Amino acid sequence: MAITLYVPRDTTARALGADRVAARIERGARARDVALNLVRNGSRGLFYLEPLIEVDTPEGRVAYGPVTPGDVDALIEAGLFEGRQDHALSLGLTEEIKYLKRQQRLTFSRIGITDPVSLEDYTALRGFEGLKKALSLDSQAVVDEVKTSGLRGRGGAAFPTGIKWQTVHDQPPGEKYVVCNADEGDSGTFADRLVMECDPYMLIEGMTIAGLATGADQGYIYLRSEYPLAHDILDEAIERAVAAGYLGDNILGSGRTFHLEVRLGAGAYICGEETSLLESLEGKRGLVRAKPPLPAIEGLFGRPTVVNNVLSLAAVPFILDQGGQAYADYGLGRSRGTLAIQLAGNVKRGGLVELAFGTSLSELMEGFGGGTLSGRPLKAVQVGGPLGAYLPQSQWDNPIDYEGFAAFGGVVGHGGVVMFDDSVDMGDQARFAMEFCSVESCGKCTPCRIGAVRGVEVIDRIRAGESADKNLVLLTELCETMVDGSLCAMGGMAPFPVQSVMQHFPDDLTPRQAATAGGTTC
Amino acid sequence: MSQTHSPVADAWTPAQLQAVIDAHSRMPGAMLPTLHAIQDRFGFIPDAAVPMIAEALRHTRAEVHGIISFYHHFRTHPPGRSVIQICRAEACQSVGSRQLEAHARKALGIDYHQTTPDHEFTLEPVYCLGNCACGPSVRVNDDVYGRMSPEQFDQLTDELSATVVEVK
Ligand SMILES: Cc1cc2nc3c(=O)[nH]c(=O)nc-3n(C[C@H](O)[C@H](O)[C@H](O)COP(=O)(O)O)c2cc1C
Ligand code: SF4
Ligand code: FES
Repeated sequence: MAITLYVPRDTTARALGADRVAARIERGARARDVALNLVRNGSRGLFYLEPLIEVDTPEGRVAYGPVTPGDVDALIEAGLFEGRQDHALSLGLTEEIKYLKRQQRLTFSRIGITDPVSLEDYTALRGFEGLKKALSLDSQAVVDEVKTSGLRGRGGAAFPTGIKWQTVHDQPPGEKYVVCNADEGDSGTFADRLVMECDPYMLIEGMTIAGLATGADQGYIYLRSEYPLAHDILDEAIERAVAAGYLGDNILGSGRTFHLEVRLGAGAYICGEETSLLESLEGKRGLVRAKPPLPAIEGLFGRPTVVNNVLSLAAVPFILDQGGQAYADYGLGRSRGTLAIQLAGNVKRGGLVELAFGTSLSELMEGFGGGTLSGRPLKAVQVGGPLGAYLPQSQWDNPIDYEGFAAFGGVVGHGGVVMFDDSVDMGDQARFAMEFCSVESCGKCTPCRIGAVRGVEVIDRIRAGESADKNLVLLTELCETMVDGSLCAMGGMAPFPVQSVMQHFPDDLTPRQAATAGGTTC
Repeated sequence: MSQTHSPVADAWTPAQLQAVIDAHSRMPGAMLPTLHAIQDRFGFIPDAAVPMIAEALRHTRAEVHGIISFYHHFRTHPPGRSVIQICRAEACQSVGSRQLEAHARKALGIDYHQTTPDHEFTLEPVYCLGNCACGPSVRVNDDVYGRMSPEQFDQLTDELSATVVEVK
């Protein structure tokens, strides 16, 4: 009987050598005349263990990791093909790995278990059950189910998804669109990528349900060009879903239609902002549009448009299949359901942690993350991407939920948690926040376009010891001008990391550091 | 890992450009798909393409120029055989990407947005590759590499140069 063995194919596993590991395993099996069924599954999201390989056994899947190509022969000698657990890289039953077992995976229930493009694998684990349910309901009932779930947008602004859908639903019939925001530009985030690379049908299903709910029959996935693998996998999944009747004309014989297409971005962070994204999809420069009108009323090509993050849409199949209440049963306060936390940066055990809202950062960074990779003390953590504040230790015990974080100036955003050890120079980080804004500003409004450039200059002067006190006052005012006067959250929030450094790490923004100062230009 | 989609930064003819443009010009919002298709095929967007795109998509040349220059991804000059992108974003900074980028510039003798004189390498900044738990991250053509140390960087560029020699 053939042995079934799994080697993940997501970007991180491959970046750490998974393809070479797979090749070595195949060679080893051939040399030993072992009949091998090698599956390129998705990643479980336990990146500190990648490449994490698994073998089917009567007791369940057993895991080994992190495996380098050089480990493969020894692993085979130690009984890899029999699932023996004698080698130092043995991890036991995958499902029993604590990092995984302690999670509450509602959205990410299938990643790493399935072959991402196998429809058979997807449907075996309740795939398309949500779609079938949606096809049996009228559109208002679908919207209501999403409202019941309490789902709020996972792209950053946390706007209630059901209410957004209602607005599009209520527009007169005609051309409408569902646009998935897959621009995932925040440093420290990879959950959208995991959905697209490891469980693409879930996104396809979620978007199709959004189309049924709102009366849209065309969808676009606006995917960042930095994700070539996600692009290939999505294209293949869409093609297969159409061929099998889950997508396209006459979905599952219902007479309903939903077409879906991937469109690539082109390396502009601002195109993650929804109106900039729509401009880009229309083929223009990604200049932010003034709101109103809301995209839900006048969006793509001037038509009513749902714009949702990948994770918001990916939560929908569960909500339709299990009921909105089943999702709302998780969470804290007005933050319902689960949050995909992404442990990144200087972390010993980085990866995806899906948990109900309400866990503390300390629990995540220590309990899951195991502290820093370098082993040095943790100094600061940036949550919510490049526009999020740097949080000092005094703020790590707050439970993560949207309102709780906002209360102390934190940003949950897309759930990225980037850890820094005590070797970080927070002055560099403050400078980078302004530099990033100057590189990525769309240029439409002055506070952001000019302010960010000035911000870099002022920080450089402070660090060079030129009238430091006067320039600190100037920096404070500049930040306030950007926060108050910018058209969108790019210029409006870019000062947050800078202000947090001034407030919590003032020693790093003094001329004392001048000796080591000097960022990079690009 | 294999080197996929290595940009071939040379030959194009007006007829080829026109064929690529015509294959995309009728889709809604055709501009970005058209620009991507040209760059994927020829490695960059030749100046000669601008009036052709303007004509096909009913824009002014200035608008087409404006769109190309707005997006960091699009280039207007032929790149080297390997485009090396180094992640400059925060998660990679926390594990040493600033040292890596300093090393890369020195080792290759070029700055960002430049190409080595032998046309082997073009160096570009990138802001996140979605590999943030295992940085510093580097992308070469369509392959991503994680946990990249300066030594591994040298090894990688050596291997890439060697591949180029074999291909010739
Ligand atoms: C500068 C900027 C960048 C953004 N980048 C993203 C992004 O990469 N992905 C995303 O889903 N939302 C991003 N957003 C938020 C979107 O504007 C929008 O709120 C979101 O796509 C709505 O979907 P949701 O309700 O499902 O979150 C960004 C916003 C700003 C201001
Ligand atoms: S704040 Fe910046 S990114 Fe936003 S509209 Fe103004 S210039 Fe554009
Ligand atoms: S920050 Fe470098 S890969 Fe995300």
